[in-house]
Amino acid sequence: MLYKKKNVLLILMGPTLLIMIIFMYYPFFVNIFDSMYDINGLGGAKDTFIGLANYKKLFQDEHMLTALKNTFVLMFCIVLFQVGIGLVLALMVDSIKKGQKFFKTVYFFPIVISATAIGLMVNLFYSYYGGMFNQILAVFGKDSINWKSDELALIMIILPIIWSYVGFYFVLLVTGINNISADIFESAELDGATGLKKIWYITLPLLRNVIATCVTLAITGSLKTFDLPWIIAPRGAPKGLTHFAGTYMYETTFIADNVDYGATIALVIVVLGVAVSQIANIFLKEKEM
Amino acid sequence: MNTLKVKKSIWKTLVYMVLSIWAATTVFPFIWLIANSFKPTTEILASSFSLPKDPSFDNYLNAFGKQDLLGAYGNSLIISGSTMVLVLLFASLTAFALTRFEFRGKNLVISLIIGSLMFPVFATIIPVFKMIVGWDLVNKHLGVIIPQVAANLSFAIIVLWGFMKSLPIDIEEAAFIDGAGIGRIYMTVILPLSKPALASVSIFVFLWSYNDLFTQMIILRDRRMFPICALLNEISSKYGTDFGLMTASVVLVVIPVLILYLIMQKNIVKGLTSGAVKG
Repeated sequence: MLYKKKNVLLILMGPTLLIMIIFMYYPFFVNIFDSMYDINGLGGAKDTFIGLANYKKLFQDEHMLTALKNTFVLMFCIVLFQVGIGLVLALMVDSIKKGQKFFKTVYFFPIVISATAIGLMVNLFYSYYGGMFNQILAVFGKDSINWKSDELALIMIILPIIWSYVGFYFVLLVTGINNISADIFESAELDGATGLKKIWYITLPLLRNVIATCVTLAITGSLKTFDLPWIIAPRGAPKGLTHFAGTYMYETTFIADNVDYGATIALVIVVLGVAVSQIANIFLKEKEM
Repeated sequence: MNTLKVKKSIWKTLVYMVLSIWAATTVFPFIWLIANSFKPTTEILASSFSLPKDPSFDNYLNAFGKQDLLGAYGNSLIISGSTMVLVLLFASLTAFALTRFEFRGKNLVISLIIGSLMFPVFATIIPVFKMIVGWDLVNKHLGVIIPQVAANLSFAIIVLWGFMKSLPIDIEEAAFIDGAGIGRIYMTVILPLSKPALASVSIFVFLWSYNDLFTQMIILRDRRMFPICALLNEISSKYGTDFGLMTASVVLVVIPVLILYLIMQKNIVKGLTSGAVKG
């Protein structure tokens, strides 16, 4: 009787579906068409069909290849270090009794703070003249370093990105550990599994699905990265060496006004996200019984 | 026995050391920022690790004097507040429908919702920007609110749906027998019972909107319309070498969010875990 009338569904789901179709799905498909026309500037007309020319260009565009390479490096580092450090910290926090709440609260700090603010802070650390890092070097009698040089820039951008989101995976993993029932651990201890053995044979296998979720989120998260690199090294400074897929897409579209090529890069980002997370899930997700 | 005990306590000390080192990396930068925000730039450049010799509010006065920070807080509040309310409204209605109704095409709706999680903002922003231009919404709050609502809906629906599934249907049936319609049931049963999930979703949507520099940069070109992040971005490109002003500005942006976080902290963790892990 209750929930049998179907006409209310229109009111319940209408606005959501409308918004989603108009502002997510429709633009997504328009974007695919955009990538196959020559469009100059955001107000530009869509007259000349150029087919897959933009997709050929991708492979010859040095900046794009650099951006892609950087994106993969970032993805690798994020999966390995964000999830990895998050996991180690989660296992450690789970093993202690005092101070759990303090660590949980504090580790989440960087996530609630905007990447913009973190980026500005990091710039104050890296600054050549009187930046915090060079002040530390000076204490040890070392010369100042240009932290954003050609060689160092990429690492120095990736470091704060990793740091800022470790807490996110930490919280997911801590909760995952808490959700494992106490009985399992008790019987494991009776069988003599303690310490590292317990972690290796009991905790980690049972965490597998949570870890898989974390890895998927890390992969898609790395492709969405924009704010921090843009603040620390605008326009891929120096010389486009630190562009990522997202920042290069922004520069191409909104600064260089090459809209169709920007649309192409955007589509590449989506395809990469879907493909890489599918592959990761083949390896990580437990087979459904 | 004794060696085992010693081993255990060494291990424990080690664990606490590692945990504390990471905690230091997340706390120290903010202490450094706050301490330096009370120093003149020359003192920051010379010794950023000492406490201010002669603490002054000059940097803060300077920040408020040079920039319309209050206006930017206002813009942020309007944009992120509206985004949050709209997302909560639409997402809770949809989650309610998905939890309680069986209908043809339900699977299609679910796939649409989950599928849209795969679109990063880059994939839709060009056509969306053109629409916003066409409707004359550039430089208007609504121009940022609409794409942000669209971007946050699926996440909110999935979290709320996951939560509502666990609500017992008995209360709703009782209300129905008492003559309550669907609207009344939604308002007086579903919403109040879903409070924990609604709270966590609202915090996340608010924070994401508040922190979303990309959309703000693209839609808002007039600095009077800038929310906090866009203004901060501008301050950094204009006055990047004025360390005093920079530290004070960052502190001003970070503090309200940190306070909000510390107050709502329990809900944040709860919301994350009910959504992402099960999702």
